[in-house]
Amino acid sequence: MVETTLVTPAETHRPNRIKWGAIGDHTILILGALLMMLPPLLALTTASHDAVTIHREGLQLTLGDDLGKNFRTAMFDKGGFTQTVDGMLMLMNSFILGIGFAVGKIVISMMAAYAIVYFRLRFATLAFWVIFTTLLLPLEVRILPSYEAIQKLGLTNTYTGLIVPLIASATGTFFFRQFFMSVPEELAEAARIDGAGPWTFFVDILIPLSKTMIAAIFIIMFVFGWNQYLWPTLITTDEGFFTLVRGIKQIVLSYTDSQIPEHGQALALAIVAMIPPVLVVVFFQNWFVKGLTESDK
Amino acid sequence: MAQVSLEGIRKVYPNGFRAVQTTSFTIQDGEFVVLVGPSGCGKSTLLRMIAGLEEITEGVLKIGDRVVNDVDPADRDIAMVFQNYALYPHMTVRKNIGYGLKNRGTPAAAIDAKVQDAARMLNLTEYLDRKPAQLSGGQRQRVAMGRAVVRDPALFLFDEPLSNLDAKLRNQMRIEIKALQRRLGTTAVYVTHDQVEAMTMADRIIVLNEGRIEQIGTPSEIYHNPASTFVASFMGAPPMNLIKAELDQQSVRINGCRDLIHAPQSFDGPVTLGIRPEDVEVDEQGLVSFHVDILEELGAHRLLHGRIANQPFSVMLGKDDAAQVGETKINLKPEALRLFDRETGLRL
Repeated sequence: MVETTLVTPAETHRPNRIKWGAIGDHTILILGALLMMLPPLLALTTASHDAVTIHREGLQLTLGDDLGKNFRTAMFDKGGFTQTVDGMLMLMNSFILGIGFAVGKIVISMMAAYAIVYFRLRFATLAFWVIFTTLLLPLEVRILPSYEAIQKLGLTNTYTGLIVPLIASATGTFFFRQFFMSVPEELAEAARIDGAGPWTFFVDILIPLSKTMIAAIFIIMFVFGWNQYLWPTLITTDEGFFTLVRGIKQIVLSYTDSQIPEHGQALALAIVAMIPPVLVVVFFQNWFVKGLTESDK
Repeated sequence: MAQVSLEGIRKVYPNGFRAVQTTSFTIQDGEFVVLVGPSGCGKSTLLRMIAGLEEITEGVLKIGDRVVNDVDPADRDIAMVFQNYALYPHMTVRKNIGYGLKNRGTPAAAIDAKVQDAARMLNLTEYLDRKPAQLSGGQRQRVAMGRAVVRDPALFLFDEPLSNLDAKLRNQMRIEIKALQRRLGTTAVYVTHDQVEAMTMADRIIVLNEGRIEQIGTPSEIYHNPASTFVASFMGAPPMNLIKAELDQQSVRINGCRDLIHAPQSFDGPVTLGIRPEDVEVDEQGLVSFHVDILEELGAHRLLHGRIANQPFSVMLGKDDAAQVGETKINLKPEALRLFDRETGLRL
């Protein structure tokens, strides 16, 4: 409301003035959006052609006739080396990884942050910085020892082996720590006098207060987990545990001999793999922005 | 309801800071005691030790007949109202008030009845289903009170509960809190830095400075017979005038001036002379010359700020008394004079 009243006088002075600045801004935005949209769009149009056309002529800009067929085959036909996995199974595996990854990270990092902020541990700050320095050691750096450990534990080709080594999260711990530190101390004290023990306080007060924060971190972590490639490639050799992101390549590679790779199906699968993260972000962006910018205290 | 006694309580923080020096006092059953002092005087630390939120370095704390040094805050049978209210932002007023009861395993029906009672007492009934963010400052303050009264504790602890309210609301809530405490007859300890709150609410005031108790007394005792220059200057607005003077037996000489006033007691040597601004009369035949710099119009009163023998001095006059800026003469009521040791600041 305030904005309108402020802007109106200027507009009545020069009602037909073209705002070149705004046009420039929008041009840049539109071009940027197009540039971002082009690859998925190309993937979609190309996925509507049969394998032969794609193989011969490369990426297609027009819609062909095989869109439905490619999607159907990619999602429902048993394929792969063992002829036992279809797109649906891989989609499910991706969801298990994405959700397990996000939930695991949130649970672990919330508990770590809770311990660091609310308990008078002797080395709490040190512990926090040790956790924080693990940012310098991403999975790629420690992948050999991690693989070794999981393999020795016999957890290869299990969901546990797929998810658990990834859920320790310095970023999550950091975000929750910052958030918990901004929660007024009196709240904890009031709860203490109200007879809430550490666990009750965590469940009754802290978790509800962190709702938006949890949602924001869930979104980031879900997308991050969904897109994992290196770790799933190493740890799952059984095709029954393949995720979408990993499975796409399998479709292209598993056709041997003189057969033409099913690029159409691979692209269809790539589009399917893109949709859930996009939907999550689209539907939860309000929560996301809220969680990262404002606090509900 | 309970008596609270502190026996040789002391608080030293791990970094060596001595927040509260050895103190002992007893709060009677049903008494309203106000801890007052400037920031950093240890009043909040003292309160938080009684609440159990701060560990007691040394000494014995009893609530009722029970030593509670190592008892968890939840089991001390106390309720506390915080400066920022510390309401749970995601819970409705109803849940906020009932949370302490719920944690103690009170049946839902009983909680509901008690919450209703507390809400009625505090005029909160129509706000029970709102969240704290939808309430005004005064209403939030009431919810915080509700959370305290609903458990019917032996002891109320207030940590500057009115500091976040505007002046008008503060006056109103001051009266409400006092009335509520009277009605319930619950022992209360109230921390504030506002001497007006201390004077108006307390049965007894404990004035603290730098971790030490300066004086314990009723508001009237504290006001009329301050035990030290600190209490004299901290309590009362405007504060007591403190001027340097010499005493020769019973005759007072104020720096350089030859004014002769009779002191209520006999002493030889340098003293600090204290007198409340309202205990001074403007009188053409007066013995002390007073130079008025500023005249403050307060409606019911007029305040004259100026100097006696180059020392700051204030005089309070009634609204009908004539006053003007410039040189004038005043009389100090001899019976209102208070004498303090120049060195220690203690009452002679």
